[in-house]
Amino acid sequence: MNLVTVSGPPSSGKTSVILKTIEALQKRELKTAVAKFDCLYTDDDILYEKAGIPVKKGLSGALCPDHYFISNIEEVVKWGVEKEFDLLVSESAGLCNRCSPYVKGIKAVCVIDNLSGINTPKKIGPMLKSADIVVITKGDIVSQAEREVFASRVNTVNPSAVIMHVNGLTGQGSYELSTLLFNEKESTNTLVGKELRFPMPSALCSYCLGETRIGDEFQVGNVRKMKLGE
Amino acid sequence: MKIDETDIKNRSIEELTADYPFITSYFSDNNLDIEDKNHLSLEDKNHLSLEDYFRTFDEEELEDNAIDVELHYRQIAEFVNQMNAFLGQGEDKVKSVTILPGTDKSGTPENFEKMEIKQGEIICIVGPTGSGKSRLLGDIEWVAQEDTPTKRTVLINNDVPDRKWRFSTSDKLVAQISQNMNFVMDLSVFEFVELHAESRMIKNREVVIKRIIEEGNALAGEKFSPDTPITSLSGGQSRALMIADTAILSKSPIILIDEIENAGIDRKQALELLLSEDKVVLMATHDPILALMGDKRIVIKNGGIHKIIETTEKEREILSTLEEMDRKVLAYRTALRAGEVITEIN
Repeated sequence: MNLVTVSGPPSSGKTSVILKTIEALQKRELKTAVAKFDCLYTDDDILYEKAGIPVKKGLSGALCPDHYFISNIEEVVKWGVEKEFDLLVSESAGLCNRCSPYVKGIKAVCVIDNLSGINTPKKIGPMLKSADIVVITKGDIVSQAEREVFASRVNTVNPSAVIMHVNGLTGQGSYELSTLLFNEKESTNTLVGKELRFPMPSALCSYCLGETRIGDEFQVGNVRKMKLGE
Repeated sequence: MKIDETDIKNRSIEELTADYPFITSYFSDNNLDIEDKNHLSLEDKNHLSLEDYFRTFDEEELEDNAIDVELHYRQIAEFVNQMNAFLGQGEDKVKSVTILPGTDKSGTPENFEKMEIKQGEIICIVGPTGSGKSRLLGDIEWVAQEDTPTKRTVLINNDVPDRKWRFSTSDKLVAQISQNMNFVMDLSVFEFVELHAESRMIKNREVVIKRIIEEGNALAGEKFSPDTPITSLSGGQSRALMIADTAILSKSPIILIDEIENAGIDRKQALELLLSEDKVVLMATHDPILALMGDKRIVIKNGGIHKIIETTEKEREILSTLEEMDRKVLAYRTALRAGEVITEIN
């Protein structure tokens, strides 16, 4: 089975891009499934089901979404292998711009949109910088110049990535993307022993454990203070 | 000459910025402050290798700023190689684009032998919505080699194209302008064009920016100034600026214009501007005047190219009549806007 991790800021168009891309894969008779990770709520699983795509959904709730993702991905891979899918796509939202769910040796796609502002590439960390493919969406509603400038900013922070424009509404570019996602020679049956491309932010303080009160005396563990200066 | 991670790692920042001035944009876009006083004292700054520079970060700082040092070496090497290739490349002009037939949605072979589009030509694309216009465009953009659903082949200058047309960010075959596009940045007209010029790394920026704003104004019905915020331009002004900017600054040799019939700009002059910049113009349209302005028109049906029609002499005559009618309608429009009362039709 091929495994691809897709992530990107909320509302950047991940689900639309994946749906259109899988449409192209289905035409090639490749069995593709999706594992959708989110935080509090998602009904994207219904969209996938409607399109006839097998889907599993995981909500992290009170846990850090990316930590939740990495603790569950192995089970999801097992499910995919059992069901004999050709390709399994994991979709997760990059909620804090610092994290990235990418695993070494597993294809990583970052979806980011033209409307998010020209400085966005600068603000996103490893999720953008260490992706193999960067998909830029919503190019149909901004000017050619803005598309060019945005893509060149993405290229500066991640020169080795393949940068593609995909229109999540019309599907323009999704066929092309699909050809980069599936490779017959690749096979992933387990992630055990593999490593994250970049460590997730460390956090273990009283608030992680449910503390709600504010003030120094309630702050225990990994706590850091802003440098406010004069 | 290509450089690799080891070269990058061991060379001094001073040398790197002297040899590759553009590298400063990599540092700034990746939030790496190479002038940072906390990390570098003035004496050692100039001789410090990149490896030494990264060594000045302690583990906590690396973690906080999500810095992956090894990845940076690889990315910087890649960036330098890309930029050198970009700066060193000569004018590799796209003089023609050739489409070889594939099939329509039902698998029936397309009914033409070969379609060559040359620099300076206007090709119109007509056909019902959903008939496959975007797929055709997709094929051109992806320089299809029998590897898209239509199985079409696209040649550039009558040759199998370089792979860079697919994957390089700075070499895109097709630039697009459509009715639905808007400006979203909070910049003035001048700053906006300047930003685009910067990202294209062109010389004599001032001259080019001035020209774009002039050409844009020539196309727009109502004038705008360089200080106008781009988001407050009218629809017509935005389209005019987009066309002038794309014609002059975009590197893409092919411009697709998607349904700009009601854009409130001088369409004929817009096309002339694009052609004077040696572009190939593809125009998807339902407007008879625009459709007949083309040298040829492609009729799309059921996902395939159904017909390629060369605009006939007769059609050109009809075009002048249509243009005459259009001018009349426009005159009424102007009259109404000026508060006049229309009493007769002539």
